[in-house]
Amino acid sequence: MASAPSPSRKALATFLDKAGMLVVLAILFVACSFYVDNFFSWANMRGLALAVSMTGMVACTMLFCLAAGDFDLSIGSVVACAGVLAAVVMNQTDSITLGVLAGLGAGALVGFVNGYVVARLRINALITTLATMQIVRGLGYLVSNGIAVGIQREGFFSLGNSMFPGREFSIFGTTFRGVPTPVLITAGCFILFGFILNRTVFGRDTLAVGGNPEAAHLAGIAVDRIKIIIFTAQGMMAAFAGIVLASRVTSGQPKTSEGFELEVISACVLGGVSLTGGVGSMAFVIAGVLIMGIVQNAMNLLNVPTFYQYVARGAILLAAVLFDRWKRRKGAG
Amino acid sequence: MTAPCLAFHRVSMEFPGVKALDDVSFGVSAGSVHALMGENGAGKSTLLKILSGAYTPSGGSLLIDGQPRVFTSTADALAAGVAVIYQELHLVPEMSVAENLFLGHLPQRLGVVNRAALAEAARRQLELIGESIDPWTKVGRLPLAQRQMVEIAKALTRGARIIAFDEPTSSLSDREVRRLFGIIRELKARGCAILYVSHRMEEIFELCDHLTILRDGRHVESAGLASFTRDRVVQRMVGRELANIYNYTPRPRAGSGLAVKGLAGPGLAAPCSFSAEAGEIFGFFGLVGAGRSELLRLIYGAALKTAGSVSVAGRTVAITSPREAIRAGIVLCPEDRKKEGIVPVRSVLENTNLSARRRHARGGILIDEAWEHANATRRTEQLRVKTPSLRQLIRNLSGGNQQKVILGRWLSETVKVILLDEPTRGIDIGAKSEIYAIMQDLARQGVCVIVVSSELPEVLGVADRIAVMRQGCIAAILDRADATEEKLLKLALPVETARAS
Repeated sequence: MASAPSPSRKALATFLDKAGMLVVLAILFVACSFYVDNFFSWANMRGLALAVSMTGMVACTMLFCLAAGDFDLSIGSVVACAGVLAAVVMNQTDSITLGVLAGLGAGALVGFVNGYVVARLRINALITTLATMQIVRGLGYLVSNGIAVGIQREGFFSLGNSMFPGREFSIFGTTFRGVPTPVLITAGCFILFGFILNRTVFGRDTLAVGGNPEAAHLAGIAVDRIKIIIFTAQGMMAAFAGIVLASRVTSGQPKTSEGFELEVISACVLGGVSLTGGVGSMAFVIAGVLIMGIVQNAMNLLNVPTFYQYVARGAILLAAVLFDRWKRRKGAG
Repeated sequence: MTAPCLAFHRVSMEFPGVKALDDVSFGVSAGSVHALMGENGAGKSTLLKILSGAYTPSGGSLLIDGQPRVFTSTADALAAGVAVIYQELHLVPEMSVAENLFLGHLPQRLGVVNRAALAEAARRQLELIGESIDPWTKVGRLPLAQRQMVEIAKALTRGARIIAFDEPTSSLSDREVRRLFGIIRELKARGCAILYVSHRMEEIFELCDHLTILRDGRHVESAGLASFTRDRVVQRMVGRELANIYNYTPRPRAGSGLAVKGLAGPGLAAPCSFSAEAGEIFGFFGLVGAGRSELLRLIYGAALKTAGSVSVAGRTVAITSPREAIRAGIVLCPEDRKKEGIVPVRSVLENTNLSARRRHARGGILIDEAWEHANATRRTEQLRVKTPSLRQLIRNLSGGNQQKVILGRWLSETVKVILLDEPTRGIDIGAKSEIYAIMQDLARQGVCVIVVSSELPEVLGVADRIAVMRQGCIAAILDRADATEEKLLKLALPVETARAS
């Protein structure tokens, strides 16, 4: 490769291909730190991290879904429904554990149904999850009678609102407060699911299934089982995010997280995960989630009106996909 | 001699890590058929893609009537009178023949398609090439040969004077090939320049006037066909002498291999039974649609059998999925490599280890990176896979090398029976002879090798015994010594019904 006519340009192309959107993320971060007031402060960083924590969590399982060649539109509804259900069960039984389990169980069930219908009954994921998205949204309203359900058990609120470490601490005279628990959970998810994708047979098989389901099947990979597991995990993860959200706002909100599914898918695609399956990594997802979060955060700090923010976010997504396309044409043709 | 109406001048094409074309120059004159030959990966497809505007060359130029031209799209190329007819045809199956012919410039009045004028124009275009298809037939309903005719008619509709064919006969019957040749000769007589890409030597010698040979992206030779012999063509293509590509040597049999009893299921007209021994190469010949691939899929558990039994090395095995087949020691190299064999967006390493990594994972869960790397290295060396690195995406490899990776995938398993469905389709002659050698090696190690092929010389060349399939049943099983081309063909042809006589 070194004998090629323009090694420096080729090296740059290879580097861009490997690093992908991480480079864009780094540039964006540095630029915002310089040009946006109050951006580079501990308080803002913590707020930013907290704001993307839910998207980040669910993006982990969405990565598997996309890598396997499917996607899941029902997660926004699952977030709402699981939060509401957890709130109702907690109030009825006075048990935090039962409430959490009810939420998680409901999420797993929805995910399993999605997976079963997609994998075994061979219905397109778009149609399947579009249907369950509406069903589950409706169930959330039914459980809550259409109104927010306030949670009485205060112990539950620490899941979404506590910090680690709990007390302020100082390094070199600067005082820091702890990292919010949801942020730590999200970071843990990044590590765990990144490890599963890269280092386990399940993760590698997932990418093979997305890359060519027929070839994967003929190579002895249990395609259906993998898809069902992925959708079930996706449902549980969305439910967990819903429970964390309920804890943060101290109530179950049936109307919450509409359009959340698109936000999560956007973040993944922005990072470079392929919608057609077979291509994706956790680094892509982290980059996508953080770019989305930083742009949002910077626009808020700059007091950009909400309506413009929609336009900007859409434009950035489109630009990212076009950039990816350009890069690929430069690369392998 | 007149100036060539199509010329490649010092054309180069580079991809990261691969130089697909390196300083290639040759010309094609009007009113001639120019053959382009070379092994897979020699650069033929890349050249055609430059011609059709899919790629822009990284060096050199393309001359049309002496003028340098750069095409950036198929439409560009068509406007300059250049059409490329690909193996996978570019027609819209849901639309009618007439609409396909005039797609993009349908006869219209105020934006409304003039159906009468369209049908009339389409009929005229089809007549030019002697086709009498109803212009309103949906293209998807036509057999492949007729779709190809539509594609040719479409090129002519756009006024193409330079027409390139990419392996046009790979899925045509003999009679259809005759028709196609008739049309190509007609085009030639009309002064078109034809570039004809094919692996089939007989066709080249029958049809073409000139021949250009490429090897490893470089131009080897261009000359009138009269100055070539078949042996010399092969020799120039591979760069070495190939004495006998099958290299058949008798082997000892090593006891029972695969036994199939009364197997029935989708695609088979009657229950099938046969048994092949360990160490034997057992061929299946038949026409397309005779049920050979279906039989293999039933054995492999990729389709579900309705009756019958399969036994491996004397023991009956219950197989309901490929996973169980692999566990029982049966593996399959499918017919359609792209659709069923490779995972195109993943690396050579991952494609090699796709199956066996399950058994080598630590605790059955964690990937053993060291084993993965060692195994992929070993298989690519053993099978001489040409790839810049193990991390290369498999879709960037040539067909022959992709097939070797799939073979490597199965050599990583403990194989007792290997099912090969058209293992050398679309593969160049050099890689073919290597694959035959691998088959013999496997048999010598006591593997039972089952090979399905539509090429008579191939089954006759490699197999110890040959089963002929016809209309979903096994018609006969012949020993190597008794089998001739005539016998096999006669057995493979459909039986005439009483009514026909």
